[in-house]
Amino acid sequence: MRIAVCIKQVPDTSEIKIDPVKHTLIRDGVPAIVNPYDKNAVEAAVQLKEKHGGEVVVITMGLPSAKKALKECISLGCDKAYLVTDRAFGGADTYATSYTLASTIEKLGPFDLILCGKQAIDGDTGQTGSSMSAHLGIPQLTYALGIEVNGEKVKVQREVEEGTMVLEASMPALITVGKDINVPRYPSIRSKIDSYQAEIEEIHLDNLPNIDTSKIGLKGSPTRVKKSFTPDKTKNGVKISGGGSTTVVNGLLQYLGEKGLV
Amino acid sequence: MNKLLTEEQLDLINLVAEFGKKEVEPIAAECDRSGKFPWDTYQKAFDMGLHMMDIPYELGGAGIDFETSLILTEELAKYDSGFATSVGAVGLAAKAVLMGKDPKLIKKFADIVGEGKFAAFCLTEPNAGSDASATKTTAVLDKDEWVLNGRKCFITNGGVSGVYIVFAMTDFSKGTRGISAFLVEGDREGLSAGKEEDKLGIRLSNTSDVVLENVRIPKENLIGKEGMGFPIAMLTLDRARPVAGAAAVGVAQRAIDECVKYMKQRKTFGKPLAKHQALQFKIADMEMQCEVARQYVRYVGKLVDNGKPYSEEAAICKAFASDAAMNITVEAVQILGGYGYSREYPVEKLMRDAKIFQIFEGTNEIQRMVIAGQVLK
Repeated sequence: MRIAVCIKQVPDTSEIKIDPVKHTLIRDGVPAIVNPYDKNAVEAAVQLKEKHGGEVVVITMGLPSAKKALKECISLGCDKAYLVTDRAFGGADTYATSYTLASTIEKLGPFDLILCGKQAIDGDTGQTGSSMSAHLGIPQLTYALGIEVNGEKVKVQREVEEGTMVLEASMPALITVGKDINVPRYPSIRSKIDSYQAEIEEIHLDNLPNIDTSKIGLKGSPTRVKKSFTPDKTKNGVKISGGGSTTVVNGLLQYLGEKGLV
Repeated sequence: MNKLLTEEQLDLINLVAEFGKKEVEPIAAECDRSGKFPWDTYQKAFDMGLHMMDIPYELGGAGIDFETSLILTEELAKYDSGFATSVGAVGLAAKAVLMGKDPKLIKKFADIVGEGKFAAFCLTEPNAGSDASATKTTAVLDKDEWVLNGRKCFITNGGVSGVYIVFAMTDFSKGTRGISAFLVEGDREGLSAGKEEDKLGIRLSNTSDVVLENVRIPKENLIGKEGMGFPIAMLTLDRARPVAGAAAVGVAQRAIDECVKYMKQRKTFGKPLAKHQALQFKIADMEMQCEVARQYVRYVGKLVDNGKPYSEEAAICKAFASDAAMNITVEAVQILGGYGYSREYPVEKLMRDAKIFQIFEGTNEIQRMVIAGQVLK
């Protein structure tokens, strides 16, 4: 089977600094890493390859410096890597990004599965994966905890607030994963050495002749970031636990009573 | 510290640092206390090939240069130097086999450790430490097999290995020229681990006696030629010394890191320790020793990579770096005061760990003999 994994290179920080004028992330001096959820996607793809055979193709859109992230994915078991890069793609929001990536996947396909991390830790939108499935017209299975391939079908356990949902879809399909699906392996020193030599192929605008240029880059982006900020830490919640449900409910009523809320 | 390193070297350091922080550091204190051998963590290190870093690529190693492997050994030792010692001992045994230049024997060795098994370099005996010519273990040829008898002691990975490199006398009349080296598979009948040492430091590493009772191995398990054991042992030890030096620098750097963290937090007389000149001078002395030791380790790595002789430099490197690590860790305990002496903080362990580096791979007295011998010749 052929699997595509879309990854993003992100700044390695939870306390992001924001340019007060442009409202964009300041990336200078912050080490760049592969988005952690995307590493889970890479691991899931490599495990599927180890079980079913085939190849894993890793794709990212970004600046040439993102090649380092692609090489890391090669060291983790991906077979081929493509960097989608062109001035025309710059400034893209999640709509334009997902459209550009979907066009790239159509060019490099066919693929049986497309895997993405559930969201990137810098923007935290969680939209790119789902939007890609819409552009490609294929089923999407989000927040997967487990992936099982059986013939033409793929089954996933899906993380929902109430528990786990089991979904089945025909392939090709797009799957997004979170951190609970697996523990990404460490690359070996040997695979690292191999990855330094790996060829990263670039995809430019003229490699995608069928692309609709009105849907790419800053101009093709229907949304604009007006403001980015680190949310204020809100007060901690109160957890009432221990004992049976009666004790907990009584505890809750007492708490609410003390606050004058009931 | 790392100003001349390449992007690839820095990337590899990051990888080892991530592994050290996430996998080794969390278990180090507990394993140090209990003496438990962290098999699973070692397995993860072997999966990454940390035990075969500078083994040639075609033999399953990463084939990186020696200098880079030293840089990574330093990084690993920051999280636990016993762990780095056990991992490094596999590479050391490998060097002895590589010196024999027999492709079949090299492959036999590489296949065993490539599966994720430990290897042990067995030279020291109860009455033959730095003085290898007093070796009592024997190997006698019986038709197509060598028969080995004897007892080795203080063997790193002695109780856990899948393959042993054993030095034994094949001709007592020839002194050190009567020593030969052999590859003994771990499952050979008559090979057993004796008592495990309960050590002061590097307690994540296994150290034990290795007992050989009529152990029969095929004739072709002789490494190199008969009588070549002593030069193989000495060349391997030359190679082991910068590795020990690198690990000692890791211990020293960790001690400095712990002190810096503490000195910025802890306040006395209304200001952080870091603002007191007495301690600033201490930390400056520690940094000087550590940084010079580090750069000298890398220099020896470059000598090896460039095929230059390095016996004297290996001795300087090992003795200087281990003396530095000892001084620095003793000072670190002093800087942390009562907390430095408490097991709640990691620096007392670093002080215990540092001591071995002045002793093994040839004591620092032996290193001084080697150095003086070169200077005064």
